[in-house]
Parts: sequence; structure tokens; C-alpha cells
Amino acid sequence: MNLLTIAWKSIRQRRLASFLTALSIGLGVMLMVLVLVIFGAVNSAFTQRSVGYDLIVGPKGSDLQLVLSAVYRMQPPIENLPYMYLEQLKKDRRVISAVPLAFGDVTEAGSFPIVGTTTEYFQNEFMPGRNFQIRGSRINELFDAIIGSEVARQNQWDIDSKFAIIHGGAESGDVHEEEFTVVAVLAPTGTANDRTVFLNLEGFYAIDGHTKPVEEIEKRMKDFYAADPERLESALKQLESYKAEEAAGGHAHGHSHASPDAMKEVTAILVRTRPETPFDAISLSAELQKGFQAMAVNPVRPIQRLVTGLLGNIQKALVVLTGIIILVSGVGIFVSIYNSMSDRRREIGIMRALGAGRMHVFGIVLAESALLCVGGGVVGWLVGHGLAIAASPWVIRQTGLLINPWALNSWEVILFPVLVGLAALVGFLPAMTAYRTNVADALSS
Amino acid sequence: MSLSLERIRKSYREPGGRRLPVLGIERFEMTQGEQVALLGSSGGGKTTLLNIISGILTPDSGRVIVDGRDIAAMHEVVRDRFRASKIGIVFQTFNLLPAFSALENVLLGMSFSGKGVDKAFARQLLERVGLGHRLNHSPQKLSVGEQQRVAVARSLANKPVLLLADEPTANVDPSNQQLILDLIRDTCRDHNVSLLMVTHSMEVAGVFKRVEKLQEFNRPELCLQEQTV
Repeated sequence: MNLLTIAWKSIRQRRLASFLTALSIGLGVMLMVLVLVIFGAVNSAFTQRSVGYDLIVGPKGSDLQLVLSAVYRMQPPIENLPYMYLEQLKKDRRVISAVPLAFGDVTEAGSFPIVGTTTEYFQNEFMPGRNFQIRGSRINELFDAIIGSEVARQNQWDIDSKFAIIHGGAESGDVHEEEFTVVAVLAPTGTANDRTVFLNLEGFYAIDGHTKPVEEIEKRMKDFYAADPERLESALKQLESYKAEEAAGGHAHGHSHASPDAMKEVTAILVRTRPETPFDAISLSAELQKGFQAMAVNPVRPIQRLVTGLLGNIQKALVVLTGIIILVSGVGIFVSIYNSMSDRRREIGIMRALGAGRMHVFGIVLAESALLCVGGGVVGWLVGHGLAIAASPWVIRQTGLLINPWALNSWEVILFPVLVGLAALVGFLPAMTAYRTNVADALSS
Repeated sequence: MSLSLERIRKSYREPGGRRLPVLGIERFEMTQGEQVALLGSSGGGKTTLLNIISGILTPDSGRVIVDGRDIAAMHEVVRDRFRASKIGIVFQTFNLLPAFSALENVLLGMSFSGKGVDKAFARQLLERVGLGHRLNHSPQKLSVGEQQRVAVARSLANKPVLLLADEPTANVDPSNQQLILDLIRDTCRDHNVSLLMVTHSMEVAGVFKRVEKLQEFNRPELCLQEQTV
């Protein structure tokens, strides 16, 4: 019979006290695991792995706002870029893919963000190594739409469902006349795509009110291409010709005719650079930074700043808090074992009389402390991850955060050595009491 | 020779600092397999003597030879291991551990000897004391007589050379006294284990061939005389 078995017998003898002390450790560990799993999901959602693009190009302004609006769809767009700029970017030899995004509207039902884009968006990986899984057909018609899994679930939409959209934000209440048809539904991705409705970019431009007055565009082009007379001339030519057609009544039937590129705008451009030359993204970003037309931001860095600066500290604070709970539970174990020592004096005397050495009884008490600390910790760890598994579908539905319930955090790796250390710490004094027990006195007590 | 005590002196320090002499034994011997009843009154130093023989206490001076080795001269760690493997003890109050079953109490007796645990032998011992059907019962579910039988089985778990029994029938009802006594004597005889049984009962002592009266060979005053010298 080894020391652990003997210690286990002793624990079983004091079932209730042992259970309660181990439970307190377990609860502390469970809370810590949940904090780590949740923050792990948040971290993972906002790191490099969550975005399948190298750069996001948008108008000059806040890099954080650009990322939050283009990738996470949490903020309204800042401004727009001329569509011609997209064509210009596509010609850059460093760029292998440039996907336009145009947004600003929301669905009437559920207020899900509307994003106008091209089929290239769905052909690219949304996350390194992960492609979109699409059920349905491709966008063919002007007002066809592809919806994210959460949009489908919450609005109970499926293929052929019809819907309307609101101009600007939901608060504007200005419902567009156009009716859209769902042609495909995306499988869950654990990203903001799940909560997004994608429209044909051309359809987006065709929505009434999405084209600015020619005079305004003209002024904007003059500002934007002030340093590029060649492109400015081309843009102004297109606008002149558009104005002439308009004057001749060419657009009397509204928006169904294709507008010239100079009339179109995009909110952001998702850029992929050549994977074999990782400096392309850096040089392109630096180049844009020097100019005044647009900016290119790393889709991760602004968010990481936010995550590590704010959420990182909250995570640390919560981990420290749960650590204190575990420590207090450890004190509970100490009190429980230490109080039991006077009752167990005779037991220890008997074991010593049967030949157990001082180190044997010392080891039995330490093993008891270790079983309570580590045993409680293991149960807490399993329950914590079990709860994460159970709650993950709900969390994904509510927040879009893709939870990996079994992802091991570095804090967890050190958790068990820390629990063993705690067991040694809280078990030491009771173990020393056992070690020092006077056998003859204990037997006669 | 199974047990030999030579010039044993033992005294306790009282709270005031004075020494209280307890044991002064010049010589005491037992041969292998011999069974001896040691008669003594309460407070006569019987338990102290057993504690010294088993190595739980060390004498102030003298030699305690068990199976040819002086247990009093051993380092504590060696002495604990020696006690586990060579000496069996049956207590007056049985001293079974309540968290362990009958079988586990016997196995516990094997756990500290360094020889390993022999479950089959533990079962055999419990069957020998008539508890083959009560192996997994906890002490609380056993009668007083049965508890003492478990204690006897446990004391023999490591095949000791010497069994020390401290008033083993004092807490047992009269109907079980003879049974326990016979059991201890018979099992010691079967395993060729020397038996030193401490008792204050003339009736119990009466069944032994050799009966020693502690007050006849214990002269605690020897402690004081030697200190004076």
C-alpha cells in the first residue's frame, strides 16, 4: 500500500471536509480556465490567424476604425476611396489580390451590416488555410445576396428569401426600395462574416442614393488626384461623358444602367501581396503612408494594440483574481488538514508503531494535500473546459467568437506545477506536525 | 536468542526537572519461539518496557538485542524499518485504523517493512484468525473480538521474530478472552514467533509455562544509583 493510497483513505474518511476544500480549489481553477478560454477566443479572433489578408487599404484616418469596420464590421466606415484607385492598386506588381468592399447600410430585419463585394472575396481564404463553404449558387443578378450563417439563423432566412435594407445605419429608418434575394448561405466561420450580408458590388452601386451627385464626385476627384494629372483627366472625361448622357435623358430610368468607374467608390480594399516576398506588404504600406490619398494598415496591429493594451490587462487582472481564489482555497485546505491533525495523532502513532518512519507520515500528509489541491484542480480544469464546450455554440451564436474549448493557454501549463507547489506549501506545516509526533505519547493518548 | 535486555535504564524527566526512574533491568532473555507472560501492576513500567523493546522509545542506557541486533543503538530510520520487519505488536485497544478494511489494516502492517505487500499472505492470516469472510469489513463493522483478531493478523503480517502483546485481552469480553489468547499463542507457535505478553491478570498469565513478575527484576532505583555514581 503506497503513500498515495493511504492518503486517499484518510481523505475518504473525512469525506465532507475533503470534498468542500477540493471543491473550492476546483471552482477557482474552473473560473481561471473559463477566463483563459474566453480571452483565448478573443485573442484568436483579433490576431493574424483570423484575417486572410496582408493589408487593408482605406482613406486616411484612424487605422483602428478602418480595421474595425472592414474586418469586424463594428464601426461605420470613415470615408470612401475612388473605385479607380482599386484598379490602380490591382496593377501594382506586388498585389496578387485586391478585393473591394463597399458598406454602410444594414438589413431591415436584424440590422446586419451590408457589404458590397465581388466573387473574389469568396474565392480567397477568409483565414489562412480556411476557405468559405457556400451552400447555394453564385451571385448572378444585380440584387442577389449571400448571407452569413448567423444572419440566416437569426432572421430564419434561406435561399430565395427576400429582404430589404436600410440606408446608413438602422437609426436612419430610410428603407431602400430595392428587394434583394438570398442565393447562397455561408457555413459558420466564427468571424464577422457570419453576421454579414454580402451584395453584388454592382448591385450595391445600383441602389438608389448610393451614387453621389456628379459635382461632388468631380470636386473629390480633383482633390484626390491633384498630384496625378493623367488619372484626373481620365476621371473628368468619364464624368463629362456621364453628365452629357444624363442631360440627354440616358439615366431617366434611374440606377439600372452601369455607372462609369469614376462615379463609383469603395470603402476599403482588402489586399493580398505575394507570399514569397513578405516585404511587399511593408513596402506597399510605407509607400501609401507617404502619400495623402490612402493608407494601408496591417489588419492585426491596431487590434492587437487594443487587445494587449486593454483586454490583456483585464485578462491579467482576472487571472490574478482567480489565482487569489485558488490561494484562499489552499488556505482552506491547510486549515482542514491542520485541524484534523489532533484527531489523527493516534493514527499517526499507530502507523509509526507499525514501522512507518517520520518521512512516511510526513509524506502521507503531503500526499493528502497534493491529492486535494491537484485532484480539485484537475476536476476544476475538466469542468471548466467542459463548460466551454457546452457553452461554445451559444457563445458563437451570441458573439461570433469561435471558441476552442481545449486550447491550452500558457497560464494553464504552469497551473499544475503551481498547484503542486501550493499543496507542498499548505501541507508542510501539518506534515511537520505528523513528522514530530511522539509515538509513545500518541499511542497512550 | 530472540530477545535479550542488558542493563536497561529508563527514566523520565518531570516538569520540575527531576528525573523519574521507571526501568532498571539488569538482564532479561527469551529464546526463539518462547512464550513469556510478564505480570505487572498498572504504572509498573510494562508499557515503557514494550516501547523500549519495540524501539518506539530508546533507553537511557543498555542494550536491547532483538534477533541478534541492538535496536537501541540503531539510527531512528533503521530502527523503524527493523521494527516493521522483525517485531509485531498487539495493543490493548487494538489500534486498527478506521479508514481501512480488515484486509487493508493487515496490508498496512506490510507497507513499511520494505518487503512489499503480500495480499495472499494477508488473506491467509485473516482466514487463520477466522475472518476470511470479513476481509472487506471496516473495523467499525466488526465485533470487539473480531477487531482484536484483525490486530493479531496484522501483527504477524511481516513474519516477525518477536510478538509483543500489551494486555491484548483486557478490552475483550470474557467469552472471547480465551479465544484471543489461544489464537495469539497458537499462531505464534505455528510461525515460530517468540511471544512476550504483558498482563496484570493472573488468569491470563496462568496459561504460560514461563511467567515473570516485572517488579521482581525491575529495579528503577538503579537509574538513580548510576546517576549518583
